[in-house]
Order: sequence, then structure tokens, then C-alpha cells
Amino acid sequence: MRIVVEKRDNKSKSAAVLIPLASFAISLILGAIVLLASRSNPLQAYSAMLDGAFGNARRFQYTIVESIPLLMCGLGVGVAFRLKFWNIGAEGQYVWGAIGITWVMQFWKFLPVPMLLPIGLLVGMTLGAVWAGVPGYLKAQWSVDETLTTLMLNYVAIGLAEYLYISAWKAPLGNMGTPEFPHEAWLPPVWGKIHSGLYIALAFVVLLWFLLYKTRWGFELNMIGKNPRAARYQGVSIKRNIVLAMLLSGAICGLAGSMNTAAIAHRLTKGVDGGYGFTGIIIAWMAGLNPFASILVAIVMAALTTGADALQIAMKLPESMGEVLQGLVLIPLLAGSIFVEHKLKVIKKEAA
Amino acid sequence: MNQQTPQIPVVRMEHITKHFPGVLANDDVSLELYPGQVLALLGENGAGKSTLMNMLVGLYRPDGGSIYIRGELADIHSPQDSMALGVGMIHQEFMLVGNMTVAENIVLGMRDLPFVPKIDEIRARITELSKRYGLQVDPDAVIHDLSVGEQQRVEILKLVYRGADILILDEPTAVLTPGESRDLNKIIKKMLSEGKSAIFITHKMDEVIEFSHKVQVLRKGKTVNTCDTAGVTPQDLANMMVGRDILFSLDRCAYNPGGVKLKVDHVTVVNPIGSRPFLDDVSLEIHRGEIIGIAGVAGNGQTQLTEAITGLLHCTSGKILIDGKDMTNSTPLQVIRAGVSHIPADRGANGVVGDMSVGDNLAMKKYRTSEISRGAVIKRSFLRAFADKLIEAFVIKTPDQDTCVKFLSGGNIQKTILAREIDSCGGVLIAVYPSRGLDVGATEAVRQNLILQRDKGNAVLLVSEELDELQMVADKIAVMFEGRIMGIRDVKETNTEELGMMMAGAAGVRRNA
Repeated sequence: MRIVVEKRDNKSKSAAVLIPLASFAISLILGAIVLLASRSNPLQAYSAMLDGAFGNARRFQYTIVESIPLLMCGLGVGVAFRLKFWNIGAEGQYVWGAIGITWVMQFWKFLPVPMLLPIGLLVGMTLGAVWAGVPGYLKAQWSVDETLTTLMLNYVAIGLAEYLYISAWKAPLGNMGTPEFPHEAWLPPVWGKIHSGLYIALAFVVLLWFLLYKTRWGFELNMIGKNPRAARYQGVSIKRNIVLAMLLSGAICGLAGSMNTAAIAHRLTKGVDGGYGFTGIIIAWMAGLNPFASILVAIVMAALTTGADALQIAMKLPESMGEVLQGLVLIPLLAGSIFVEHKLKVIKKEAA
Repeated sequence: MNQQTPQIPVVRMEHITKHFPGVLANDDVSLELYPGQVLALLGENGAGKSTLMNMLVGLYRPDGGSIYIRGELADIHSPQDSMALGVGMIHQEFMLVGNMTVAENIVLGMRDLPFVPKIDEIRARITELSKRYGLQVDPDAVIHDLSVGEQQRVEILKLVYRGADILILDEPTAVLTPGESRDLNKIIKKMLSEGKSAIFITHKMDEVIEFSHKVQVLRKGKTVNTCDTAGVTPQDLANMMVGRDILFSLDRCAYNPGGVKLKVDHVTVVNPIGSRPFLDDVSLEIHRGEIIGIAGVAGNGQTQLTEAITGLLHCTSGKILIDGKDMTNSTPLQVIRAGVSHIPADRGANGVVGDMSVGDNLAMKKYRTSEISRGAVIKRSFLRAFADKLIEAFVIKTPDQDTCVKFLSGGNIQKTILAREIDSCGGVLIAVYPSRGLDVGATEAVRQNLILQRDKGNAVLLVSEELDELQMVADKIAVMFEGRIMGIRDVKETNTEELGMMMAGAAGVRRNA
């Protein structure tokens, strides 16, 4: 008897729902093994995580706040991924967004204070777009591999941000971080900790859904992503669309960075490279590049982070245990995704 | 033929059934192949020939039925399993790695290869086998540099090297010149004399008669007839295959060309990596209401000519004029807007997006227009109505317009492209190998549509390797060789011999000179 993997004849709708659920169950079991090995009760640990993520209004708000930049970055990279353009530079584009809004807040003194926030968000968006547009152009014009350029440009952006908050733009007091933005220019809250960035993120979900599924441009991106040669034969410009998609992708990631800076830290400081851009890649992928599905995935990912914090406090487990559990959730989910298109078949050897 | 009746068949497939979503690809098909024999598997596209053979080599698993190889029940899960039983298949699309050598390709993926292969031994064995069967290829040549015919020989060598004695060839002559087909026939005869046997998938009647001992005709997944080849006529076969009488000539209006629609004026396209240019000072005029055929062996600049016209390839020098307007080095979109439709070679790679629906693929030109869109927004209801209209008008066989194009048969994929390009045609239609790999019915539909466009006053450029097709469809034939046009002849004033000479590079020969 042996087991083979076969392609499914048609995509199964129920498999698309059941497989992620089964994968999640498997990851809980794997996590339980690790927890048992570190002499903790898995059930207690999981309920502590759940409680930490959604246990009361304040924790729920934290989870939502955490999910906003994740959702934005997921949406951003998702645009580029539609073209099979592997933008793994969302982190750098996010950091540029943060730098952009800080620049406006700190140096554009000629602006009236109420204008600082909208202009700051726009500048952050623009810088993110430019930072993504460069690898886009290099790819379109000279076929420079985008995985390398986008990845490397992350480190340039992060290094520049460090230089700015440690040295060039540092506030006179304290040893790290730029001066705090004026209170009037903070992103206003809507419910407790939750800030109005939530509305912007949800607006982008709808906007992108419309753009990608309803417009001629979305149709063209779909063609290029699925068969660039045929798209070119149909008169679709691949170069132009790669650059456009990257500009949009970077703009959304940049906006995520400027929004989060104006809402949480209110200045450029350590921790600006919080990994949202990298987690965004996972979100886009797990959501199947669907903007609406990204909302759910972003909340799950955020809950894993906030829940892991609670794990530390309630269970006295080391900080890294949270990361271990996050990793254990991802692997079965990503590995399980092949079974949406494939199936296992058991073959019994017949007597010859 | 059955010289010794008690012989055990080398391949016996019994009551094979295979379902795909929405289609019954094989319905209780049985087949027998005897040693030293060639069995032709004849049928239209979508008749289930390739599916049946893919099950024999383990690419698909049958839903029902059993397979016996040399009398023993075989359990075939993969091409490796079938290879171990001596069964090998040459697919329509060659499975070769372009930037590796012939020898490397031949041994690639062999399981019993040592970690560091002894390349000299491999080369010696290849040379020996190629001498034995007349398969001339240089083991050190890189696949990229080989002609299609040579690549096919590499595929055959690959199987022979691995000890295959049952060869399955899926439309092997579709990409060959007449001369290469004759060579292939010789190679196969040589192999048969050594006790090997072959199954030959085809839809060309004359090939069945030329190559095979026995013919099995499939229609809609079922066996219609199995008989000895001796004694059947092409007309019999065609009727069995299609289930109705086929027109072997086509109706058309009298040749009455209008003004010049498309002019190619001394166009040269250099090849950045080769010594000779893709196109070398090519000039050509196509009038309204005229079909110009381009004849030539594949790889002599025909596709490059069409790509230069459609803006896909940069012209180094020369001019391309449409309606007298200079369109040299325009973008593909500008050329489309000037009214040029293009049915490209290699339809799966260039003509359709396989993972998008039939409806979307039909809309891939018109989505820019108010027929489908309002401003930047695509109206799904408009697109659906548009697609349904074309599916009906061009008789595209598909479960519905939401089915991915890749699930359609080759003929229906081509009809999808044909429908889209003819619908959006604004005066010039360029068709590159439009009937390649299609069955009689679909070929007839393609040809009739080309003629219809001509009769409507459009300028048609038809690139084909089949002289029969060009002589049947075109008004004038231009022959290309090594990037040059060797001459342009009126169809009525030339013949196969003259065209054949020009295809081989003899310029300016006149008949009975």
C-alpha cells in the first residue's frame, strides 16, 4: 500500500473551508506538545491567549489596533502579488511612511497645524510609493530581480530611520526618538484605543476589491499575473502595469507606516520596524490575495501577538514562547493549503 | 498486421473509462497493440485520444478498466512506472530543457544515473543509437539551437535510450516539414523491424494510411471503428471521425483585391544572439479582400514577421504602414487600435490566459470598449452577454462561459481565440499556424472564417506550414527562407514543386525552366 498526492479534478469549495480549520486544529496540537514540554498546561495557556487577545474591551481594542497596520500591509503587498511581483519590501515602505509623516510634523512649520496630519499621511504614502516604485521600474525596464531589490531596500530604509531618530532628527531631550507630534495632529481615536486608521484600512479593503475585481485595470492585472505573454499579445503594457501596481502597493504600505506613527508612537523612534511589512506577506498569502479575507487573517495574526503577550504575564512563560506558537500556527496553515488543490489517495497493491 | 494470430498483444487496454469534470473523456474504450505494429489512433480534438494515452503512461489514472502490458496486468502510477515497462510517450509539447545539451536532456531524470555521470559513455551510447535508427543529432548541441524536427529526434532518442519498445507519439508530424515527416516514417519503420511497436495519435488521414497497420477511430470518447489500414480511403476515415461528410474544398468569392491595406517595406530585424537576422529586408503588400499566405519551414522568420507587424518585436530598419500610416515600432495596443487582429502561434502560451474563464478570454480585446465597459469599470452583465453571443456564433464547445479555458480541447481554445480576434478585427487579420494540431472539423471552421474575412474586404495574412492549406485558402503565397522572402506567387500560377524548392532556399526558380 502506498499514498500518493494527486491533483484534484476540480477545486472543492468545502475543502477550501475545512482544510484551514483542520490545519488550525493541528497547529493547536503541535503547540500543546511544546507547551507540555515546557511543563505548562496547554488548555490554560490557550485560554490565557484567548483571554489576552479578546478577554475584555481594552484587550480587544489592542488586538484591533495591532491588526490595522497588518491589514494595510497585507493589502499593499497583495496588489503586487497579483502580478506575481514578489514585493517583500513592505517593511521598508512602511518605514518610509513613518519617516515621511515625521518629516512633515517636524519640519513643515509653514503648514497650519490641522493640515499636518492629512499632508503627513500623503507624504508618507508618496515616499512609500517611490520606495516601491524603484524596484518596480528596475524590474520593468531591465528585469532586475525584485525579490533582492525589495528585500535589500528594507535595510536601507530601516538604517536611515535609525540614523534619523538616534542622531539627525533626535529630540533635544531623551536619547532616542524625534520630538512628539503636536497633539492636534494625532490620528483621532474612535473607540478607546482604536484609532480612526481603522476606517482608512476598511476603506482600502473596499477600494481595492473594487479596483481589482471590477475595473479594466484589475482585469489587466489578472491577465498579467496569470499569463504575461498572452497579456502582452492583447495589447496590455506589462512594464507600465508593474510600475503602477508597485506604486500602489508601496503607497498603501507607506500609509500604514504614517498612520500607525500618527496614532501610536506619535514620533519616529525605536520599534518603527515592527515587522508589520513582513507579516503582511503572510496575510496576503493566507487570504488568497482577497481584500475581504485579509481582514479576518489580519485579526487572527494580531490576536496571536496580543495573546502571546498575555501568555508571558499569566503563565510566566518566556517571551519567545509566543513566537514559537505563532510559527506553529503558520506552518500547518501554509502546508495545508496544497490540499485545497490536491488530494491524498491511498493505493492498495493488488496481488500480481 | 496479424501475421501470427496467437501472438500476445504488447499493450491491451480493456474497458477504460475516464471522467473529467463535465466530460466523459473515455467511455469503455478497449485497445490492442501487437509487436512490430503501428496503431493509428484517429479522432477529432476532444475525442479522448490523448487522454487514453496519458493513462497508458501514468499521467492520469483510469476510473475504470484495466491495462495489460505483454499480457500482464500493469499498475501504472507515473511515467516512471510506464518507462520501467518499456512504454514511453512523446508529447505534442516537447519536454526538453532548452539551455542544456542533447546528451544532458537524454539522461536527465534517470534514476539509476551515478552521482557523477560518465558523460563519455553516455555520448557513445547516444551516437550508437542515433546511427542505428538514423536519428542524426549531435549529442553536444544545445536544445535551443536545434530545429523542431531535431528536437523531436532527441525526444525519440530519450525513449530509446531508456529502453522503451512501445512508443506513443502524439501528433508527431504536426510540427514537421514534409521531408522531416518522411524521415520520421523511416525511423519508425526501422524500429518496427527490431520488434518495437508504436501508437500514433493523429488526425491526418493520409498519415494514417502512410504510417499505420491498423487504425482505431475515436469519437466523443468512444471507439467508432477499428480496422486494418489497408483498404480504407481518407474519405472513409474522415466520415468515421466526424460522423458526417467533410468538405475538402471551400467556397469563396472571386479574387477581387482592393487597395493596399498593410505594407511591409524593407523591414530588417536583427537577432541579438544569432548571426543571421530574424528578418532580412522583407517587403510585402496585402490588399483589402486578399489572403497572402506565408509558406516556409518553421523558424525561417515567419513568426518574427507577424510580431514585427503587431508591435511585439522591434524593427531595426524599414517601415510598416497600415492604410498608408506609419506604424513602425508602435506599441501592440496602437496596432490593435489600428484594426489589426492576431491569432498567434502557440495558442496556449500566447493566445489565451488558461486560468481565466472562457468569457474573460473572449473579452480580452473588447473589454476596453463600451461594448463591455463603462469608463474604467467592466460591466459583468455586458461581458456575459457578449461572451454568450460569441460562444454561440463560433460554436465553442464549453460547459459554460465560466469554465477555465485550459479545460477546453485544443480546437475549442482556438475557436475562442478566433472568435475574439475576428469579432474585434478592424481590417487586418494575421493568423499564424491557425490550424496546427486541430482536427478536420475545427480546421475547416478556421479556414472558412479566414476566407469569410477576405470576402468581407479584410486583408488576411496566413502563416502556415501546410502547402495544401495555403493552396486551398490563399490568393498569393510568399515563401520565406532564412528571414528573407524568396518570392511571391499567385496560387493559380505555381505548384507544390516550385514552392517546395523555394522553401528549401532556391530563389527565383521558375517552373519548367
